[in-house]
Amino acid sequence: MAQGVLVFAEQVDGNFRKIAYEAVSEGRRLADTLGDTVSAVVFGSGVEGIAGELAQYGADKIFVGDDPALADYTTDAYTNMLFEVVKDNDPRILLFGASSRGKDLSARLAARLGVGLAMDCIALKLDGEKLIATRPMYGGKVLAEVALEGVPQMSAIRPNVMEIVQSPKAGDLEKVAIKTDVVKTRVVEKRLEVASKIDLTEADVIVSGGRGMGGPDFGAIEQLAEVLGGTVGASRSAVDEGWRPHSDQVGQTGKVVSPNLYIACGISGAIQHLAGMGSSKYIVAINKDPEAPIFKKADYGIVEDLFKAVPAIMAELKKLKG
Amino acid sequence: MDIVVLLKQVPDTETLIQIAGDKASIRTEDVKWVINPYDEFAVEEALRIKEKHAGKVIILSMGPERAVESIRTALAMGADEGVLIDDPATQGSDALGTAKVLAAALKDTGYDLVIAGQRAVDDDGYQVPAAVAELLGIAQVSMVVKEEITDGKIRCECTIEGGIMVLETDLPALFTTQRGINEPRYASLPGIMKAKKKPLIKKTLADLKVDPSEVGEAQAKCRVKSLSFPPERSPGRIIDGETVEAKAAQLVKLLKEEAKVI
Repeated sequence: MAQGVLVFAEQVDGNFRKIAYEAVSEGRRLADTLGDTVSAVVFGSGVEGIAGELAQYGADKIFVGDDPALADYTTDAYTNMLFEVVKDNDPRILLFGASSRGKDLSARLAARLGVGLAMDCIALKLDGEKLIATRPMYGGKVLAEVALEGVPQMSAIRPNVMEIVQSPKAGDLEKVAIKTDVVKTRVVEKRLEVASKIDLTEADVIVSGGRGMGGPDFGAIEQLAEVLGGTVGASRSAVDEGWRPHSDQVGQTGKVVSPNLYIACGISGAIQHLAGMGSSKYIVAINKDPEAPIFKKADYGIVEDLFKAVPAIMAELKKLKG
Repeated sequence: MDIVVLLKQVPDTETLIQIAGDKASIRTEDVKWVINPYDEFAVEEALRIKEKHAGKVIILSMGPERAVESIRTALAMGADEGVLIDDPATQGSDALGTAKVLAAALKDTGYDLVIAGQRAVDDDGYQVPAAVAELLGIAQVSMVVKEEITDGKIRCECTIEGGIMVLETDLPALFTTQRGINEPRYASLPGIMKAKKKPLIKKTLADLKVDPSEVGEAQAKCRVKSLSFPPERSPGRIIDGETVEAKAAQLVKLLKEEAKVI
């Protein structure tokens, strides 16, 4: 009979992504409820040294696939390898982080296994042994509770939502055989932006600008984001105007984000934007129009011209930090 | 080159979503149905590939009769043919069920390249394209913002966290679109007129030789039990103050002492 919780732990260039710790922690929580064990899976090149880190978050066992062929993520190599690990270990639950690679991998593997997959979940719970997942639909306008059929029950969890919990376990490493099989895609090049830039989906603080920015100069909010250790986002209007790249867009047709703090500057709050950032823990809105819909979603609102309010907030933050 | 676009009709993103009486689906009255925005990018990209390399653009959709309107819109943009799989047995299919039907339809139409939106903005599932690629045994490339086809190969720039990954694969292959790949054209008036005469074929599961017992609600492995609205945010507080400086000071104090986020 299927048992154990298996967690795919994503690493890039020898560093675990934060979502890997979130997923292993969540796997531990589910396993504790079931009285079961947690195994993590790590694929990459030269990752044997970091694999043990996952023990901190509750991995009883860590499967390591370490080979140059796994250095960069490819759908085929990772799916083929993970399929074998699943077949050999027959887990009852299989978790992923819903990052771009996590989505690509989990969707392909679910189809190969012929089982259900709940994508981009914000909460998981157990009804007896059945996994029940909560996931946003319609860009976050609605939350769905979904039940899964088949073994393993698969879920990919949304980054930045579930808690990272330290819960040290043995974390015994076990090497898995390298059988990448036919890999149909070749990685030609990897172009990473400034390494310090945190992706919107993983950021703790986001400062976003909208039409109220009036032009492509986002200097004011870039500085605010920097002081707060955050990332700059944008509304659809700002992206459509060509002021910011598409990758900065927050909303139903952009990125769905859930930071601790979301500061919306000069954003009126169109329904599709609100859907994309509504699950932020705290929302601050700065807009000179007191009737802007964004104020209904904001924990704190400042009715002011953002070009006056943002520097004033910066000055206060500087006082605070001495 | 045969380019097939997987298209889904979804509620417009400006639609106010209401939960239906069964608490597990949405009310479809008063919904404005549109082409899934990511699929619109797929249609546009298919047309650009056709303009460059010649070939045929086929729009493939599974859904009820109303989806005809969205297929016609894609035909008016310039696609050549439409195929709608309209069969009551497909209702309630999950991603895998849907992918089985679409994969069967793709085998039926033939394809060199399949393009789909990275996700549909209704169920936000992100799964059907990958499942279709798996069932067809072809490569999938996700979240593409740029592509180039040469000598039977496609090279794609894909967005990943923090940057771009450039991947190459042989055709046939499937890729999914990410915002930024293009600006979809509007259908022109002559385009709309021409679209009325373009072939739009309706098919059933029987036509595709798909066993109805393999798809639909009864076979769904991922099933929505209930829908609810996200918890309402507590009513916001507008920060009062004589000056912008006073307001800023009050905000920073609240963020530090009440919210504890800075």
